[in-house]
Amino acid sequence: MSDFNSEFWSWFINIIVVGGIVWLIYLLRVNSKGTLPPSGEAEATGHVWDEDLQELNTPLPRWWLVMFYITIVYGIAYLIIYPGMGTFKGLLGWTSVGEYEAEVAAADATYGPLYEKFQKQDIAVLAGDDNAMKTGERLYVNYCSVCHGSDARGARGFPNLRDNDWLYGDEPENIKASIMYGRTGIMPAWQASLGDEGVAQVADYVMQLSGRSVNEAEAKLGKEKYAMFCAGCHMPEGTGNQALGAPDLTNNTWLYGGSPAMIKQTIADGRTGRMPAHNEFLGEAKVHILAAYIYSLSHESD
Amino acid sequence: MNDETMTYEYKVVRQFAIMTIVWGIVGMAVGVLIASQMAWPVMNFDTPWLSFGRLRPLHTNAVVFAFGGSALFACSYYVVQRTCHTRLFAPKLAAFTFWGWMAVIVSAVVTLPLGYTSSKEYAELEWPIDILITLVWVSFAVVFFGTIAKRRVKHIYVANWFFGSFILTVAILHLVNSAAIPVSWFKSYSAYAGVQDAMVQWWYGHNAVGFFLTAGFLGIMYYFLPKQAERPVYSYRLSVVHFWALAFTYIWAGPHHLHYTALPDWTQSLGMVFSLILLAPSWGGMINGIMTLSGAWEKLRSDPILKFMIVSVSFYGMATFEGPMMAIKTVNALSHYTDWTIGHVHSGALGWVAFISIGAMYYLIPRLFGTEIYSKKLIETHFWIATIGIVLYITSMWISGVMQGLMWRAINADGTLTYSFVESVQAMHPFYIVRFLGGLMFLIGMLIMAYNVFKTVAKGKPVEAVIPAPAAEH
Repeated sequence: MSDFNSEFWSWFINIIVVGGIVWLIYLLRVNSKGTLPPSGEAEATGHVWDEDLQELNTPLPRWWLVMFYITIVYGIAYLIIYPGMGTFKGLLGWTSVGEYEAEVAAADATYGPLYEKFQKQDIAVLAGDDNAMKTGERLYVNYCSVCHGSDARGARGFPNLRDNDWLYGDEPENIKASIMYGRTGIMPAWQASLGDEGVAQVADYVMQLSGRSVNEAEAKLGKEKYAMFCAGCHMPEGTGNQALGAPDLTNNTWLYGGSPAMIKQTIADGRTGRMPAHNEFLGEAKVHILAAYIYSLSHESD
Repeated sequence: MNDETMTYEYKVVRQFAIMTIVWGIVGMAVGVLIASQMAWPVMNFDTPWLSFGRLRPLHTNAVVFAFGGSALFACSYYVVQRTCHTRLFAPKLAAFTFWGWMAVIVSAVVTLPLGYTSSKEYAELEWPIDILITLVWVSFAVVFFGTIAKRRVKHIYVANWFFGSFILTVAILHLVNSAAIPVSWFKSYSAYAGVQDAMVQWWYGHNAVGFFLTAGFLGIMYYFLPKQAERPVYSYRLSVVHFWALAFTYIWAGPHHLHYTALPDWTQSLGMVFSLILLAPSWGGMINGIMTLSGAWEKLRSDPILKFMIVSVSFYGMATFEGPMMAIKTVNALSHYTDWTIGHVHSGALGWVAFISIGAMYYLIPRLFGTEIYSKKLIETHFWIATIGIVLYITSMWISGVMQGLMWRAINADGTLTYSFVESVQAMHPFYIVRFLGGLMFLIGMLIMAYNVFKTVAKGKPVEAVIPAPAAEH
């Protein structure tokens, strides 16, 4: 009923559908009379166009007529059994949502026990279970590889999952939380506060933090600004803060690129990284296995 | 009586006929380029306006509206005059339809690669161009129905019923679907939103197939096939039944493009039911085409033009069997979003639409220029190279499409998907190469045609055909 804002439209549809089908049948019946003369070729209608264009009046081919009627009968039967005639729900009471829910329920009943068994195990232990990790890999390839890559080495803006460098912590539960609820990593834009010069100075200091050689004087000026604008999240020593997802700036992992130009762009314009939540979509059991699989990628030597 | 009323107006027919071939080559060349991009992504040359997303709508617009459209204008203007035994009504307005339609196409060629799009499939052109289309189309209707009105024979020939329904319905489809609110010269938003927008879009989209690419080209078939075969149309009665049944039923078929979506179940059911009922009305046209040749089958051996026409009608029959099957929900669950759809569309577009147009042009052009075709042998070559091209195209897309559909639904013992999306893409690669080769062969056929037509036109000169007196009723 929700598809219609009044009964009128349901009737509107039904009258056209029924009228149309009745009209098709009428059209067929009126025109299906007559048989071929014994000669085997029907007579022409007598109309002539453009010197030699004529029409025979051959009766409708029987097999074609039968096929037409079969499709009409099928159509009528379908519209009685399934929803189609406006608000009439059909004899079966079938709905596409109902069919979907039944399929999901059947799948849960079949595969549920397997996942329940895995879910009871500790993530670090599960990471060593070959069977679970095969399932984990299949889940990864379908749901994660589009962003993090088939080899899980990430891409610009999408973290590498094999380097054991963690934005939100390396505990199994941190990984699981990232997948369950998603993450939003926001680096604010500092162009307005720092100006071109300030951005360049802070960039020099940030590069110095990871041991690169830079213009010392610039980096010194940058350090002062760093203390004021950046240290709140990235910490005074630049070691980052996993509670906030603020990256460690002292190592050589660069989520958005480590070239001077990219670092300046990150500081000036800010960044927004978004990991989507998968709890609703996959369910906790599958997320649990995925977390174990991700954990295993950087603990393969264990 | 002066010359004006004693001869047919052929100039506009000649213009559209020549442009049919020109736009055919352009549209198909773009098609071959984007087919190569599917196989070898490097073919987009890292250039935005050469990228697939921008050239794909150019390909569809160019082959459907430029190539197919020009063929329809040329043939309908020719047929309506000859079967009404009268000169075209308002020839100046007809000349406007030619230049107006060319302006529409050139605008498409410029704006689509630049990225201007309304993002509605087969209706991508932005609103100023839509308005020009409307003006051209209304003029087309005035010229066509004006000519019908001043006909010198009582009965309206069957080809004109189909042309008439094509012109009227396309006008309504275009006006309703392209309704939009402009925000600037090059940007507008659809007047509809959400699932209503999707439904209006596919009501338009499927009836663009039904009335532009089917009814219009059935009009071509009904004149040129009996003419070329020199045989009477098989069954007047069948043409009456399948015309009215086709016109009524097609309008309902759009929802089969939206199976298993947010579209309400009842709408999907009606779309499926009427798509199935559409099988017989479609086959009515095929039977009338093929059976018109009965008693003259031997002509198929020697006449390559007739080969084009008969193979065309056969592909029409095949595609209109495949279509209703794909509209069945359970089949659609496998075929939807796969290459199968692309194969289906091209068996209709290349096999039916292009072949009947090519046959009609080979019939038409020598008569418009008062000469014989330059080389019958080249028509034969064109026929075979194009036929093999189509077969390569559609078989590769069938296999690829079914494989894709099966890979997407394959499930492991633990309930996970067997294949990742990229694995299905990888599996399609060889079929993309075959598809590219098939398309390339079809394009080469068009180039052979262009050469043949060029040589024909060069040795002829424009004809002023005298209008014969209508035959007496008997």
